[in-house]
Amino acid sequence: MADLKLMKGNEALAEAAIRAGVDAYFGYPITPQSEVIEYLMSQQPEKRTGMVVLQAESEVAAINMVYGAASTGKKVMTSSSSPGISLKLEGISYLAGAELPAVIVNVVRGGPGLGTIQPSQADYFQSVKGGGHGDYKLYVLAPASVQEMSDFVADAFDIAFKYRAPVLILSDGLIGQMMEKVVLKDEKPRLSNEEIIKQYGSWAVTGKKDRERNIITSLDLQAEKMEARVHRLLKKYGQMEKEDLRYEEVHCEDAEYLFVAYGSSARIALKAVELAREKGIKAGLLRPITLFPFPKKQLFKLADQVKGMLSVELNAGQMVEDVRLAVEHKVPVEHFGRTGGIIHTPEEVLEALEQKIMNHGSIRHHKTRESGILQN
Amino acid sequence: MEVLDIIKPENQVFCKTKLMTDTSLSYCPGCGHGTAHNLTMEVIDELGIAENTIGVAPVGCSVLAYDFMNIDMTQAAHGRAPALATAISRLWPEKYVFTYQGDGDLAAIGTAETIHACNRGENIVIIFVNNGIYGMTGGQMAPTTLSGMKTSTSPYGRDVEKMGAPIRMTELISNLPGVYYATRQSVHTHKHARKAKKAIQKAFENTRLNKGLSFVEIVSNCNSGWKMTPNDANHWMEENMFPYFPLGDIKVDGKLKSVAQ
Repeated sequence: MADLKLMKGNEALAEAAIRAGVDAYFGYPITPQSEVIEYLMSQQPEKRTGMVVLQAESEVAAINMVYGAASTGKKVMTSSSSPGISLKLEGISYLAGAELPAVIVNVVRGGPGLGTIQPSQADYFQSVKGGGHGDYKLYVLAPASVQEMSDFVADAFDIAFKYRAPVLILSDGLIGQMMEKVVLKDEKPRLSNEEIIKQYGSWAVTGKKDRERNIITSLDLQAEKMEARVHRLLKKYGQMEKEDLRYEEVHCEDAEYLFVAYGSSARIALKAVELAREKGIKAGLLRPITLFPFPKKQLFKLADQVKGMLSVELNAGQMVEDVRLAVEHKVPVEHFGRTGGIIHTPEEVLEALEQKIMNHGSIRHHKTRESGILQN
Repeated sequence: MEVLDIIKPENQVFCKTKLMTDTSLSYCPGCGHGTAHNLTMEVIDELGIAENTIGVAPVGCSVLAYDFMNIDMTQAAHGRAPALATAISRLWPEKYVFTYQGDGDLAAIGTAETIHACNRGENIVIIFVNNGIYGMTGGQMAPTTLSGMKTSTSPYGRDVEKMGAPIRMTELISNLPGVYYATRQSVHTHKHARKAKKAIQKAFENTRLNKGLSFVEIVSNCNSGWKMTPNDANHWMEENMFPYFPLGDIKVDGKLKSVAQ
């Protein structure tokens, strides 16, 4: 029987964590994602599944608790919102460097600085271009519904342990706060300590028993060793691109114009596709589900078919750069998005397509222009 | 009699613990870290808990502690060792978890993590080596640098009016209810090292009894950072560090022994 519920995105994510057999959650309250730790605390997961939930003294402490737990092969996660994620970036870089599996959730709010508590997608660069220091990437999943907030928890852990790498769920205040129906997965038991030692004993620090000691570190003072570590990471990222890219195409078969949008913007762009089709404009939507890996090849291919693309984002123009890189100037690519916590309407999005792409976009090998911010 | 006959196992009265690797220590000759490492590993060996111990290495001179300590170890970001230890101890309550940290790591950048792990009374051991200077980065001022002491970032001496007074971390945390045991030791003579070893032993026994947080400060030297010979550094430590950082137990079995200064 499907376990159908009406839930907030943040709560669905928290419930999914308990059901996915997560061993621990460490967090620090911040709007708009405090429901995650509140929900977890209300569920007393120590009693339900033995899951440890602890409110840390800061985001910095929380991500380092994640690092400690991940060092021992446990399934561990944290969540925060933009300013808090900035604080976690040092720890995230260490997780990547030390090759530790963990899941980090960012329910994005507007920035920079303290910014606003309203929804935003302005942390795209921070999420896919590294964010923290050093040569690393995060596997980034972008949920567009409460259902995906729930489903992506288990998916994220599968990837994190497949690659021994940190995975980011990049949500936003809209998806985190809104209520929607969600079908919850069945509860999976947590691994026992013996199972963890058996499965991850080759690297995890669980006590040196019947083997050589394990060491978790991101430090290699010898340049050659450090370069080898970076190459090992690059190999993982290459494999992610080959094996674990995820995206969704809507009405792309006959599309002449393409919206590219993820997360909450994808929902709005989807409505804009409907409005466009009603007006006789053949619009389609490509929704990257993973922001890294990014659907570069699919965009490159679609650039042979469509007359132009509009990257729709709740920010001043970030993903648009990756779309442009992917299509290699074959068609015009423009950005449209509101910032500061304002959510664009489908009508605004369609109007932007008409003005920025359709009125300019029939020429191939079109020179890209700087996209305007907050236009129309 | 040949040398090899003399060093037969049955003739040995002492040997290096197997929990210290054969890797050459990266510390300066005369530095207290080697002794502090060795004592910690001897205690873990003698208690028979090596298979159930997880150590957390810091950032600082002892960042490579995991190269020398032959047990499972994870290396923390600067100052965050108590946060790692918190999570490990919560998830593996039957394990012995310890951090090994210096003064910059524990008392400057990691102050919040230190205080809150202590306040929660995590069932862990914190070994805090305080030599009043940043050794690894080349002799800069530490939060525990003595008043008037010259370092590369206080070249005219620490001016407490502008730079604050050196922090007595052990007294500070001993006032938190979660701290079960807080002591200050030294390892610069055999006598002191023996006492320090007993303190470390008590700390790990507290973990076994699930008593909460044990905090062992080791006041140590930094002859290269202090620009002294090892011998002079030890004398200077006795004359200058010990009056400000007096040795001895501060809190035992959850009870304060002396009023914090």
